[in-house]
Amino acid sequence: MSNVPSDLLYTKEHEWVRIDGNTATVGISHFAQSQLGDVVFVELPDVGKTFETGESFGTVESVKAVSEIYAPLSGSVVEINNEVIDAPELVNEDPYGDGWLAKFEFSSEPSGLLSAADYEQFIKEEADK
Amino acid sequence: MHTYEPPIFELSSPGKIGAALPDAGVPETELPAHLLRDDDLAGLPEISETEVVRHFTRISQRNFCIDTGMYPLGSCTMKYNPKIHEDAARMPGFAFIHPLQAEETVQGALQLTYELQAILAEISGFDQVCLQPAAGAQGEFAGILVFRAYHLDRGDDQRDEVLCPNSAHGTNPATAAMVGFKVVEIATDSRGNVDLADLRAKVGPRTAGLMLTNPNTLGLFDENVHEVAKIVHEAGGLMYGDGANFNAILGIVKPGDVGFDFMHYNLHKTFTTPHGGGGPGCGAVGCKEFLADYLPGPIVALKDGQYTRHTPAKSIGRLKAFKGNFGMFVRAYTYIRMLGAAGLRSVSEHAVLNANYLRVNLDKIYPVAYDRTCMHEVVLQGKIKGAPSVHTLDIAKRLIDFGFHPPTVYFPISVAESIMIEPTETESKRNLDAFIDAMKQIALEAVESPELLHAAPTTAPVRRLDEATAARRPILKYDQAAIAALLNK
Repeated sequence: MSNVPSDLLYTKEHEWVRIDGNTATVGISHFAQSQLGDVVFVELPDVGKTFETGESFGTVESVKAVSEIYAPLSGSVVEINNEVIDAPELVNEDPYGDGWLAKFEFSSEPSGLLSAADYEQFIKEEADK
Repeated sequence: MHTYEPPIFELSSPGKIGAALPDAGVPETELPAHLLRDDDLAGLPEISETEVVRHFTRISQRNFCIDTGMYPLGSCTMKYNPKIHEDAARMPGFAFIHPLQAEETVQGALQLTYELQAILAEISGFDQVCLQPAAGAQGEFAGILVFRAYHLDRGDDQRDEVLCPNSAHGTNPATAAMVGFKVVEIATDSRGNVDLADLRAKVGPRTAGLMLTNPNTLGLFDENVHEVAKIVHEAGGLMYGDGANFNAILGIVKPGDVGFDFMHYNLHKTFTTPHGGGGPGCGAVGCKEFLADYLPGPIVALKDGQYTRHTPAKSIGRLKAFKGNFGMFVRAYTYIRMLGAAGLRSVSEHAVLNANYLRVNLDKIYPVAYDRTCMHEVVLQGKIKGAPSVHTLDIAKRLIDFGFHPPTVYFPISVAESIMIEPTETESKRNLDAFIDAMKQIALEAVESPELLHAAPTTAPVRRLDEATAARRPILKYDQAAIAALLNK
């Protein structure tokens, strides 16, 4: 079964968000990495770029497919995980830890994010599809 | 028989020479230092002629090709290429001409080009065809450049978006982006058609056009194609038809009659010219009269009993050196002339019948993504009841052990665990039945002994390849130290 830490928030596009003050760390969920399979390439934006909620800010490529990653909130990129670019397997091995992707400083209070319980329910429905 | 063949570097013995070069006849001189390579040349294989010939002959025998077995790659249309094409293309009047020869000396070749243009226009319901683009993707590129040129020519310079349904071929959004348009994705509805509500919400004064693959990559004919075209046209946009799946509707539907303004044809798919590495290809394009002035050139016309080449007045320009891949024109022309109009229709009818035969024989075991009559290909899902550890990749690899080339897998990406099968009209019922039996046997194994699938392939020269490491740490030249380092990791 998928691992969904209760202290994080989620999106229906399978990103997770960890909010700390006015910065948010973003990655893809355990469920997302298991669906993608072995991740072989991660493309992340330059620090300083700004994104609107729902806008694609990068891509994750696995042996099966290329997937966009979407900004869960509006804001600017303050840091990206360079390690994951050199070692994309971190996304599979530790999606909520060393496999984080980018940190955003948000411009407006995030809204519409799912709680862990709601996300768990959502992926259950997805898996049954 | 199918044993592993080592890389040629591993057959090398120091000092062995494959060819004896004649004496130079002039004194040997040292090369100037700046012309010498400074990298280490050691590592080039030293090997005899016999060993070279045997090595490459053995490798060639490992090829899986349509001439050795069923190759049901969805979306790629790997159909048999009739051998008579090769006879036609080797006729001296076609094979031994030069692209720079005077037109009056190559009238036969120009006549064939002219007639093929006219035939393709007739089959698809368009007014003008150009055979220049060298591949389907280049045909798309030509089409979207033509759309841009048309809008700009009318002073309509606000159109910076191209709509692409998510059931389109991957090259469609890539083409639009390459020409400089913003790609807007349109959703698919529950029957696998373009979602009209989503289309209405996204179409507008910024829409340059919509690129529709019909039948789409789900193997389904868009039932609302007229409505889609109406919505796009009312907004001032144009309709691009990706003809990659044209082989499903020959003689049945003319894209020009259902709202398309422009399309490309993949001669290597629909009209059986060699495919992929066996190319070169031809991604001919056709359009309605109002776009004909923007087509790439040259195009062959008949003037006063003479065939001549011209480039349209407002042409987007040239896409290909010389006169296109002429050898492909000969092969496609041969195919069409051999079959005639009724034969072409029969090609599509059998392609669709074969795909549906597979569908109804397999859909109890492998769920179908969209439960309706499919066209020339069917999208199944590798979700076998009672076999949670088995995935599409395992099924595909196990098919190799049964002597079949695996179908397209994990595409289209909108369907989970997708297996996309296109048998083509060239497979007999006997072959289709053998494929069905293999798929049924694999489903049985998946439940009873899934380890067989996880270990597959077991009869191929090499076992399951480590695709993840190959993609993450590619070693692009033979480098023993790098390989050893990777293996020790």
